[in-house]
Amino acid sequence: MKSAFLPVVTVVLAIIAFWYVAALPMNIHETLTAAENAGISVNGGDAKTRAAASGIVLALENAGLAAGGWSLDRPRLPAPHQVAAEFYETTIQEEVFGRRGFVQSGEFSKKSLIYHGGITLSATLLGFVIGTALGILLAVGIVHSRTMDMSVMPWAIVSQTIPIIAIAPMIIVVMYAAGIQGIIPKAVISAYLSFFPVVVGMVKGLRSPDQMQLDLLQTYNASKSQGFWKLRLPSSVPYLFASLKIGISASLVGAIVGELPTGAVAGLGARMLAGSYYGQTAQIWAALFAAAILAASLVGLISLIERRTLRRMGVQP
Amino acid sequence: MIEIAVALIVWIAAWMLNAQLANGPSSDSTAVRLLVPAIFGVTLIVIWELVVRGLNVPPVILPAPSQIGATFVTMLPILWQDFVQTILKGGLSGYVIGCTAAVLVAILADRFDFLRRGLLPVGGFMAALPIVGTAPILVMWYGFGWQSKAAVVVIMVFFPMLVNTVAGLRDTSSMQRDLMRTYGASWWQTLIKLRLPAAMPFIFNGLKISTTLALIGAIVAEFFGSPTVGLGFRISTSVGQLALDAVWSAILVSALAGSAFYGIMALIERGVTFWHPSQRT
Repeated sequence: MKSAFLPVVTVVLAIIAFWYVAALPMNIHETLTAAENAGISVNGGDAKTRAAASGIVLALENAGLAAGGWSLDRPRLPAPHQVAAEFYETTIQEEVFGRRGFVQSGEFSKKSLIYHGGITLSATLLGFVIGTALGILLAVGIVHSRTMDMSVMPWAIVSQTIPIIAIAPMIIVVMYAAGIQGIIPKAVISAYLSFFPVVVGMVKGLRSPDQMQLDLLQTYNASKSQGFWKLRLPSSVPYLFASLKIGISASLVGAIVGELPTGAVAGLGARMLAGSYYGQTAQIWAALFAAAILAASLVGLISLIERRTLRRMGVQP
Repeated sequence: MIEIAVALIVWIAAWMLNAQLANGPSSDSTAVRLLVPAIFGVTLIVIWELVVRGLNVPPVILPAPSQIGATFVTMLPILWQDFVQTILKGGLSGYVIGCTAAVLVAILADRFDFLRRGLLPVGGFMAALPIVGTAPILVMWYGFGWQSKAAVVVIMVFFPMLVNTVAGLRDTSSMQRDLMRTYGASWWQTLIKLRLPAAMPFIFNGLKISTTLALIGAIVAEFFGSPTVGLGFRISTSVGQLALDAVWSAILVSALAGSAFYGIMALIERGVTFWHPSQRT
């Protein structure tokens, strides 16, 4: 990591700059309509011919008005500062200063992204823990039983190539029909999305000790369970963490997608869906950023635990 | 209840058969390696059928495999249209565009070290994000047709592909690069003759990861709006009608398409990277 700071900042700034520029042609149609309603004459013909014209051409023809695209009420592409403003309003503003916010009422406001993020996070974590625990158990079984290895392992590998998330809507609706709703169905989806990466990674990890190490244990007259606890399990830890990082982001995707089909009222997925129904683009983007921050902090947290654990175990200096 | 008992017996018998095969003398032969998981899969389906019949599970909770099979056959023309719409139009076109763009950007990033040092952390960060959340935005921009699904797929496959290709392009030893220099090879010649071939295992790794992501993107994007055709549309509307046999049929199609897509990429990989140690048998 030699001075990654400057290049990363440059790339991020370039993305933001591109975003601002792209917002102009994306929003130009709405901008010109708004300007026309305000009595300003616009180039590029009447509303009908404008609708067929490309955004870039219109933006160039009306260069003076195009900047209005950064402050529209319902833009097609909200500018970064609009998203940031929406994000601030639905987090800090709502919770700290809002009447229903955490500071005033003692519980999180139903309009805030913190509340919705919390709903999604709880489903993600519950599902992740279940999926990881089951995955580790199955991996242990696979490593110890040749029958299980040969029967189950090919299916675990094939399952990684299929879009299992397609089952999500069905799980939600079927469990709803069976009287189970709330956090459990979403957690089930999260669990099975994180399950298979953990199985595959953990099997690889438990098999990672080479023959020399296994032979050494044999010369110590170690039993099978001693071999497991003292050699196989410790050497599987780096592989486990690699799978956990994949698993947690898969879990989050599962929880978000799990909120889509039933018209759930709470959660980041529900926020996105509501935003797309009512054309509140800034709301979708803010929810998207909340999901991104959530994913990044979850993966970051696991990386942190990984680094500390591996250092304690002496794997890394 | 007789079915439940039969299911239990079938399970024990199949497991014992598999244990015999797996621990038997010819357990390393290809036939046994294929047979054991096949027996396991068939056993699961038989037990599923027996349990659904034995406990009279209503079809709105879990339809029996035989019922799903029958629905699958009768729905075949519809499912074929869904397949064309979602996999071929939405998934495949997005996959091709996204992967091509990622490889081109990766080559650019490899050319300019500053760009690589900036793009790689950002790309790695983006690859971990729930990018599928951009689906409602892209559906709003590009309409309900397959174009919006292709756009979601492009964004989903771009970053994993970028990270893998950049890593692959750096996977040559300085000895190899020095050899190219002693030959007087230009940057382009080095790229075409040494570094791209050397990057192929990484590129194919990215391509294989991206097959699954492409299908996920194409299907989930249809949950946010689609014409009246497509696998995601079929799943979400059939769930709404509680026609679970139709849902399972659509899931079966996406599962088959997913494994076939991955299998084709793995086959191409075997042909292209035949020199790599992992392909030796």
